[in-house]
Amino acid sequence: MSETPILPIFDAGTDPGPSFVDLLRRVAPETLAVPTMANGAPLPFDAPHGTTVVAIRCEGGVVMAGDRRATAGHSIANRRIEKVFPADDFSGVAIAGTAGLAVEMVRLFQVQLEHYEKIEGEALSLEGKANQLSQMVRANLPAAMQGLVVVPLFAGFDLRRRRGRVFSYDAVGGKYEESDFSTNGSGSVHARNWIKAVWREGMRPDEAIEASIRSLFAAADEDTATGGPDLVRGIYPLVAIIDADGFRFLDEAEVARVSQTLLEGPERGGAA
Amino acid sequence: MSMPFYVSPEQVMKDRADYARKGIARGRSLVALEYVHGIVIVAENPSRTLFKISEVYDRIAFAGVGKYNEFQMLKIGGVRLADMKGFQYSREDVTANSLANAYAQTLGQVFTHEMKPYEVEILVAEVGVADDEPNQLFHILYDGTLMDESDFTVLGGDAERISEALDGAFTAGLDLAGAVRLGAQVLAEDGERLSSESLEVAVLERGRPRRAFRRIRGGELDDLLG
Repeated sequence: MSETPILPIFDAGTDPGPSFVDLLRRVAPETLAVPTMANGAPLPFDAPHGTTVVAIRCEGGVVMAGDRRATAGHSIANRRIEKVFPADDFSGVAIAGTAGLAVEMVRLFQVQLEHYEKIEGEALSLEGKANQLSQMVRANLPAAMQGLVVVPLFAGFDLRRRRGRVFSYDAVGGKYEESDFSTNGSGSVHARNWIKAVWREGMRPDEAIEASIRSLFAAADEDTATGGPDLVRGIYPLVAIIDADGFRFLDEAEVARVSQTLLEGPERGGAA
Repeated sequence: MSMPFYVSPEQVMKDRADYARKGIARGRSLVALEYVHGIVIVAENPSRTLFKISEVYDRIAFAGVGKYNEFQMLKIGGVRLADMKGFQYSREDVTANSLANAYAQTLGQVFTHEMKPYEVEILVAEVGVADDEPNQLFHILYDGTLMDESDFTVLGGDAERISEALDGAFTAGLDLAGAVRLGAQVLAEDGERLSSESLEVAVLERGRPRRAFRRIRGGELDDLLG
């Protein structure tokens, strides 16, 4: 055999179909291996951990946002980590948990969705995408049991139902559709309370954007693992909107502007 | 036990090639043309669901003529190879060149080792990222012959006639409408006009953010055909 790669073509019985994960399982299983300690003991070091992310359904779509901090134990591992990603043209995924595994899971998820679309000639339904992610979280269970938990949020614009939808997951891959919004990560309780106070049906996208940034600020105020707006370095949350026009990140300058406006509001010198 | 008759290797290869060519000639042809913003691929194809042209990767498209199930299988193999390479290395490392070589090797092996050769001709096209980065058109035959073409390429049984027509009519720097119209015009036999219902058209557009592939259909295609 020469070194030139030969095409992965299979017999009918062993064909992995439109699933990229099944393809890898067949031809390169080592890429899917989940790291586990031989004796099931927890890891003897702190792996960087992503913290707070939110997803809010609004009129015509959904807003996703995440702070920019990753922590390892009591240290800041990264000040500019990105926790919100496009999954495909009409959906996004936001991650909390062990950053290294989560980012890799997102990469696999992105390829899985695009691979399906290219092989089948049409994209999966939003529900189908959400279920795929559920299987990936479940596949990570052996690592989760040693503390390497990955819990994403998934949200998107449902092209068939013409509205935004939000899904949350648990560590064993359980998938739950949220009617209004969801938060995840170490600061999620504080973020959730903030959003709960202002959320209403038919909320405009710009109101949801404001609520997402405020909720992350509230989380950062109470939770050391969540990063607040960093005015010195100019680091602000990552915010994305997904609607009938697709997934797009908000301009960094726009997030900076909204964040600074908010700092003039009730947060300024608020009660401790 | 019976002894097989001796058949010279030349004869075996010739028979296989004739067989493949006959199969390909039964189907309709396809052209790919470079235009000012990328590559446009035009195929005669009345079906709205069984495509001859497909997206393979960010800047790479695949097109095939001949036996549908065979080039469809090759398309899927190409998507798999590209996605695996992009996942294991990086998206930038997926190139039409390496894909075309994998196709050539696969087709060459099937041609010499299998019961019957594939009755297909395929195209692997890649649009450059920057304005001064060249496009690539790889034309691969049923026996694995790999050709690197520029300006335009024609696949299918009627390639000779269509290539001649394009030799005279093609000019560099066509706009999208010009390229689509020229493609439709040369595919049509003796002056008949192909309507948008009988054409499958797709482009690789240089300016698009990541995925350069886009199908052109319906009203947009009607407008371009004028």
